[in-house]
Amino acid sequence: MKKTGSQILLECLQLEGVDTIFGYPGGTVINIYDDLMDYPIRHILTRHEQAAVHAADGYARATGKVGVAIATSGPGATNTITGIATAYMDSIPLVVITGQVPTPLIGNDAFQEADIIGITRPITKHNYLVKDIKDLARIVKQAFYIARTGRPGPVLIDLPKDVQIASAKFEYPSTVELRGYKPTYSGNVRQVEKAVKMILASRKPVIYVGGGATLSDASQELRTFAEAIQAPVTTTLMGMSSFPKRHPLSLGMLGMHGTYYANMAVTNSDLLIAIGARFDDRVTGKIATFAPHAKIIHVDIDPTSIKKNVRVDLPIVGDLKDVLQKMVQKIAEHGEGIEKLIDETSPWREEISGWKEQHPMTYKPSETVIKPQFVIEKLRELTSEDAIVTTEVGQHQMWTAQFFDFTQPRTFLTSGGLGTMGFGLPSALGAQAAFPERQVIDVSGDGSFQMNSQELATLVQYRLPVKIVILNNNFLGMVRQWQQLFFNKRYSQTCMELPIDFIKLAEAYGATGLRATRPDEVEGVIRKAMETPGPVIMEFKISREENVMPMVPAGAGLNEMVLAS
Amino acid sequence: MKHTISVLVENEFGVLSRVSGLFSGRGFNIESLSVAPTLDPSISRMTIVTSGDDQILEQITKQLNKLIDTIKVIDFTGEDFVERELALIKVTAEEGTRAEVLRITDIFRGKVVDVTPRSYTIEVTGAPAKIDAIVELLRPAGLKEIVRSGPVVLGRGPKGWRSAD
Ligand SMILES: Cc1ncc(C[n+]2csc(CCOP(=O)(O)OP(=O)(O)O)c2C)c(N)n1
Repeated sequence: MKKTGSQILLECLQLEGVDTIFGYPGGTVINIYDDLMDYPIRHILTRHEQAAVHAADGYARATGKVGVAIATSGPGATNTITGIATAYMDSIPLVVITGQVPTPLIGNDAFQEADIIGITRPITKHNYLVKDIKDLARIVKQAFYIARTGRPGPVLIDLPKDVQIASAKFEYPSTVELRGYKPTYSGNVRQVEKAVKMILASRKPVIYVGGGATLSDASQELRTFAEAIQAPVTTTLMGMSSFPKRHPLSLGMLGMHGTYYANMAVTNSDLLIAIGARFDDRVTGKIATFAPHAKIIHVDIDPTSIKKNVRVDLPIVGDLKDVLQKMVQKIAEHGEGIEKLIDETSPWREEISGWKEQHPMTYKPSETVIKPQFVIEKLRELTSEDAIVTTEVGQHQMWTAQFFDFTQPRTFLTSGGLGTMGFGLPSALGAQAAFPERQVIDVSGDGSFQMNSQELATLVQYRLPVKIVILNNNFLGMVRQWQQLFFNKRYSQTCMELPIDFIKLAEAYGATGLRATRPDEVEGVIRKAMETPGPVIMEFKISREENVMPMVPAGAGLNEMVLAS
Repeated sequence: MKHTISVLVENEFGVLSRVSGLFSGRGFNIESLSVAPTLDPSISRMTIVTSGDDQILEQITKQLNKLIDTIKVIDFTGEDFVERELALIKVTAEEGTRAEVLRITDIFRGKVVDVTPRSYTIEVTGAPAKIDAIVELLRPAGLKEIVRSGPVVLGRGPKGWRSAD
């Protein structure tokens, strides 16, 4: 039987196991929306297309599945861009479907036409303009395959209106044939053997973990590996929830706002084992003084990540799960060598403990004003282990990374690569749609919150009980901090002059608003919020000029941390 | 250092802008680029001349390989290959210089492909250095216009690119 293009699209989504999509209708997707009424796919109507993509992204980060978003042509499509770029920078698997003007009109500056293929080329893993309905099923199949395999990423399908209306026989291809795309999953055994030799010869090893460990679902393998060689583990912002912070080998986060001891350990290491990380400038600081004494082993599924920013002594291309399993196997063959390694690296672990005691991750508590770090600590205390925490971007994001002890993978969703303010609320929405029973919390600043606050409506409409923490300093705090430290306290355009009544805002949408202005109110507000059904805003009036510390100033080396401001 | 790279790509809509966008977006340099379909019409072959140190070249080849539409990347540096470029040169050819222009063309095994009372258009092929040389020799006669195709290359020996891997 023949089906229309929009029916074929929806059939494909079903066969890909898609149960939820996030989107916003318009003229060039109206046929898809019409057919959607006949398919058992849940559609969540966000209030902005950017939020639809972030929601699909949050859904993907929390589940590991491909997130799906849909938008109309022109302005709908251009509104998705920040969402797509955010997912691209963090390697999140998405399929974004945009409507397009009918093929005969393409290139004519038709109403609501935008060259979204051209615009998104540098921020997608791949993109497709479907010109012929005969190609549609194959393209959707390939899009999902490309999005989730290898180093994952967003794929965009631009679907002209006439192709949606045309009809053809529907046949979903059973296999994908892409002669130019063959990711390497299996790590080379000889390279693994060399790595094990280097590990056995090391005296000051450090494991440095990035977002790849989460993407490859390799936290268990990572833990086994670290424990086998008793090497300390530091993670990036993206790698955070893949290794439990309370583990004795954990050094927490490294880099600009990382722990003193993680940065000292990396600087003094003689072997750095990079696992699914990409040596971002926020992580390395000044390259010339980054891990100057270390040999570097770099394991990554994407060969372009290797030797992009730093020299590498031993590259291993492959899926982290596979490579780590092989490493653990090989290590097991060196019983005596391992005993000797653990013995001879024990002074190193003691040296690190010394740094930990000297400068733990800490802050100055207060009995009069609410310290943001205190709110984050309380939040950890009062939420369950599997609670999912998203953040916006700014100081609150760093405080969350520093003071929330994540213990389970895929529980910390944050925009690491692009640093997108406005990501937290819609991504929490997506995560909550995936896990209606789990606690989902967006930690926000008062600035970021206003970038996608319209999504309160979506939360209320779909009964998604996301809890929102606003650490309100009435500043664009992170930028203010830089102005304080590096621009002589000239606070140019970072003071949010107009205080918003977030309680009333919550109520306007039919959500609940709670406020704490004193430290002794913090716990009560969090408890109350967690007991209240539906979405809740918790506003905490925090000490206004609190800084994120410690800090590696931009351009400085990891060994030049400023410990207090 | 200069490198000549062949990129075999899916002959698909937009593939040229994927490749050129990769170069501009990452700040890689393109000195010349030529593209046309191959024996297999579903595959196009690009020849790109670029420059950079070893690390940049490694990134360029890896990034090209990462494109979904890229089937194969061959960096000919250090390989044995044949390199040819085509140039069309419009040169002033008047009473006193016509004979000299013809003589130079002959030496380079070029051909005159268009003649007017005051000019010749010369077709010449060869390695880029040879084209540079004829251009310099013709310069005194008066160059009016010149177009160069950018080099194309093939590896020497009996094997095609498919059997090379
Ligand atoms: C979309 C976007 N615009 C601008 C920035 C630059 N920026 C980074 S942090 C920040 C301030 C964030 O303020 P707020 O959300 O109130 O959080 P705080 O730092 O106060 O915790 C800004 C403007 C950004 N990251 N994203």
